[in-house]
Amino acid sequence: MSMVDEPLYPIAVLIDELKNDDIQLRLNSIRKLSTIARALGEERTRKELIPFLSENNDDDDEVLLAMAEELGVFIPYVGGLEYAHVLLPPLETLCTVEETCVRDKAVESLCRIGSQMRENDLVDWFIPLVKRLAAGEWFTARVSACGLFHIAYPSASELLKAELRTIYSQLCQDDMPMVRRSASTNLGKFAATVEPAYLKTDVMQIFEDLTQDDQDSVRLLAVEGCAALGKLLEPQDCIAHILPVIVIFSQDSTIDQLLPIFLSLLKDEFPDVRLNIISKLDQVNQVIGIDLLSQSLLPAIVELAEDRHWRVRLAIIEYIPLLASQLGVGFFDDKLGALCMQWLQDKVYSIREAAANNLKRLAEEFGPDWAMQHIVPQVLEMVNNPHYLYRMTILSAISLLAPVMGSEITCSKLLPVVVTLAKDRVANIRFNVAKVLQSFIPIVDQSMMEKTVRPCLVELAEDPDVDVRYFSKQALEAIDQVMMTA
Amino acid sequence: MDGDADVAMTTEPLDWKFSQVFGERAAGEDVQEVDIISAIEFDKTGDHLATGDRGGRVVLFERTDGIDGGVHRRVLEAMDCSSSQHPEFHYKTEFQSHEPEFDYLKSLEIEEKINKIRWCQTANNAMFLLSTNDKTIKFWKVQEKKIKKMCNFNLDHPPKQTINGFVSTSNVPTSYKTCFTNGGSNDNPLNFRSNHLSSRGITYLHLPTVTSHETSLLARCRKTYAHAHDYHINSISNNSDCETFISADDLRINLWNLEISSQSFNIVDKKPANMEDLTEVITSAEFHPSHCNMLAYSSSKGSIRLIDLRQSALCDTHSKLFEEHEAPGSRSFFSDIISSISDIKFSKGGRYMLSRDYMTLKMWDINMGPGPVATFQVHEHLRPKLCDLYENDAIFDKFECCLSGDGQRVATGSYSNIFRVFGCSEGSTEATTLEATKNPTRRQIQTPPRFLRSPGNNSHGGSDDINGNSFDLTTKLLHLAWHPSENSIACAASNSLYMYYA
Repeated sequence: MSMVDEPLYPIAVLIDELKNDDIQLRLNSIRKLSTIARALGEERTRKELIPFLSENNDDDDEVLLAMAEELGVFIPYVGGLEYAHVLLPPLETLCTVEETCVRDKAVESLCRIGSQMRENDLVDWFIPLVKRLAAGEWFTARVSACGLFHIAYPSASELLKAELRTIYSQLCQDDMPMVRRSASTNLGKFAATVEPAYLKTDVMQIFEDLTQDDQDSVRLLAVEGCAALGKLLEPQDCIAHILPVIVIFSQDSTIDQLLPIFLSLLKDEFPDVRLNIISKLDQVNQVIGIDLLSQSLLPAIVELAEDRHWRVRLAIIEYIPLLASQLGVGFFDDKLGALCMQWLQDKVYSIREAAANNLKRLAEEFGPDWAMQHIVPQVLEMVNNPHYLYRMTILSAISLLAPVMGSEITCSKLLPVVVTLAKDRVANIRFNVAKVLQSFIPIVDQSMMEKTVRPCLVELAEDPDVDVRYFSKQALEAIDQVMMTA
Repeated sequence: MDGDADVAMTTEPLDWKFSQVFGERAAGEDVQEVDIISAIEFDKTGDHLATGDRGGRVVLFERTDGIDGGVHRRVLEAMDCSSSQHPEFHYKTEFQSHEPEFDYLKSLEIEEKINKIRWCQTANNAMFLLSTNDKTIKFWKVQEKKIKKMCNFNLDHPPKQTINGFVSTSNVPTSYKTCFTNGGSNDNPLNFRSNHLSSRGITYLHLPTVTSHETSLLARCRKTYAHAHDYHINSISNNSDCETFISADDLRINLWNLEISSQSFNIVDKKPANMEDLTEVITSAEFHPSHCNMLAYSSSKGSIRLIDLRQSALCDTHSKLFEEHEAPGSRSFFSDIISSISDIKFSKGGRYMLSRDYMTLKMWDINMGPGPVATFQVHEHLRPKLCDLYENDAIFDKFECCLSGDGQRVATGSYSNIFRVFGCSEGSTEATTLEATKNPTRRQIQTPPRFLRSPGNNSHGGSDDINGNSFDLTTKLLHLAWHPSENSIACAASNSLYMYYA
């Protein structure tokens, strides 16, 4: 890539200015490293320029920062991927300076180069670099090492991988809090490269150690790793390992850190993770408290109520009665009432069934009067839905609500609707009406029975459909039996 | 781990010997005010010592006797052999930390006097420390820097000014001529050996080479933590997390992150709504050596408060209060003044705290309370003279205190350049008095009483001690430090630094 037609004089100036007293000139030269490299050509860049820069490790921070940044994109100038490894020594030195921003940039550049390097080059050059830094005498090297494991690990052999896991574990128990903090921060990235088998054993052990560190700052950073780890583990492991940790943390008064984590877990792309958080929400509730929970989690819950995955929706529905009982009627009315109605018309049967059950439990919780105001009217409205499956749901809901609402309401409001449905054009509806009427027997009083129920059933007993006739006859027999024992 | 270093054992009194003195005054020489030492601090390893003076300078000393006949000194100690050498330090470097400033808003001078120095975590063979005056804290890095001599530049005299714009030519080097944007001709105004480059071409471009590799110690101020204190800063203390530190003035304590100098958190604010209600000020503050959330601060009323940073953001309420209830009847007009604590220090294990008030040293156990577990009388013979001491303001002198690394002894200074060492382990009656001279135990030899006030020399302000010897209130030993792992004490007698070992 050397271009012979580059003017020489300016290049000479640039090179000399690399060592000028004036920092602005040095900075300027460092930022034009690519120009110098192109003038020198790939071989001379490798053999002269890079070693020259390697010696330049005690310059001002600004200059070192610029150098770290330039080296990150220098692969083309040293002759391509084949020679990428020559860029590692100067960056390794920059990883050990005590100015944090320079170290961070050097680590970033190393990661950028490492992610492009070929596997055998990584094994030959990158992994030994990581091991050297991790064994560094000064904490600065060890802090930087933590940020490089996620690049080194995937290309390593089984033996090396085991070694790298051990080294990372040691870094998490380093004497210096700065190293432990760095290990904590990078745990999520590293864990993402580790195989599931070792995740559960090695990585979770590291995580638990970090969550019990003396230093507040280390534990706090570990908590942030919760979310990342949660995504990687199987749901049951998530519950088994991560949630207990979260419970401990909440008692640790570091609660402000938890909510964002919960929220991020609730929005996780894997439905299983979302599912598990929801299924443990009552535990969470004990820890966080209902007010905080409802304020912060409610939007997330509402979102999940419309989740694509029906099991997630199901889990939310099953949680609703608990939420309702703890938040109280007013809160429920505002936010969740509409949702509950919506679920009755969900595409998935299990959801509809659960939604009907949900209404029953809510009626039990808040009482018939409340239910009469907030549930029954809406339910009854839906009875005219054109799709028969939804009419079935309503029927089911009515049958569930009846025992809770009591005789009077059943007779006055629910029974008429059921009788109307007896004339539904779909046979399935009609025979379910018969079943529902049978279930009404203990609830409805005798006069109603004779006046309304029996005539209806008698009519259904003459139905063209064999199932309708069967079930209505059964219902009539049941009524007779009750009449006899009465 | 907590308290292990403080296990009580009965021990023999130590036999102190003089080791070194730095900046000793010649007889008759006047002391320059600016040279008076105002802060002394050993680093965590005990291999370095820093002193600060009233002129805003910080002087660093380094231990030289690490190797003893090829076997490291620590190995010898572990084998319980006496080393053939005693600990020795040599002067390493010095730098001007703070300069005098003037606050134009309040028309006040800000002294450059160094109030406290605290060492920070070493990294990459560089030393880091925090030094503070009344208003500003600075983070210093002291490092051996290579002085590189470069030679073999491309151009004979590399141009000092950047040339604006480069003329790009696509010429082959052989026909290259010096061109300037202003169209000037090749007059070699910069001594540019155009012949060289143009004849040898691109292969002549080379990188300058480094010749000499001299090193010199360079101190650089990496961060300045300023404008955060309305009142005079009396303490700074590093946290065990190696990331944060506190600074305390008379009424407030602020929490800083070493990396961030633009802001700090106020964690204690003792300023009353009405300044006329002010009765108590903060005199000293220190972080617990291992619990990153705990710190202690002392007050002018003789109480120490332990606070937990996790409890709340503003820690005005303490989690634990330590104070001694004075026996009724022993109160005097001066009780309040002499109960003001001038310095507190945590023991290495973190279980005990040592405090110094005007007359005594008190040891406190943070797990017990609220009173001290031990009290040592420093200069009891001054008690009848409190009235005189009040009149010449000596009663307001702030003495420092220190504990030995093993927690078995404590030390503090007094007047006439005396310092006292007490054994604080169970059953110890050790109470040594030493003078900061080349012959520290001179005072223990009985000398006949002398008249101390010569007529016409009342300003000397002398007083009697037990032996009736003259007691000089102008020579006060305020600052001293105990080596972290050995029985070695560094103390300041005005501008001289004395070192003793046992």
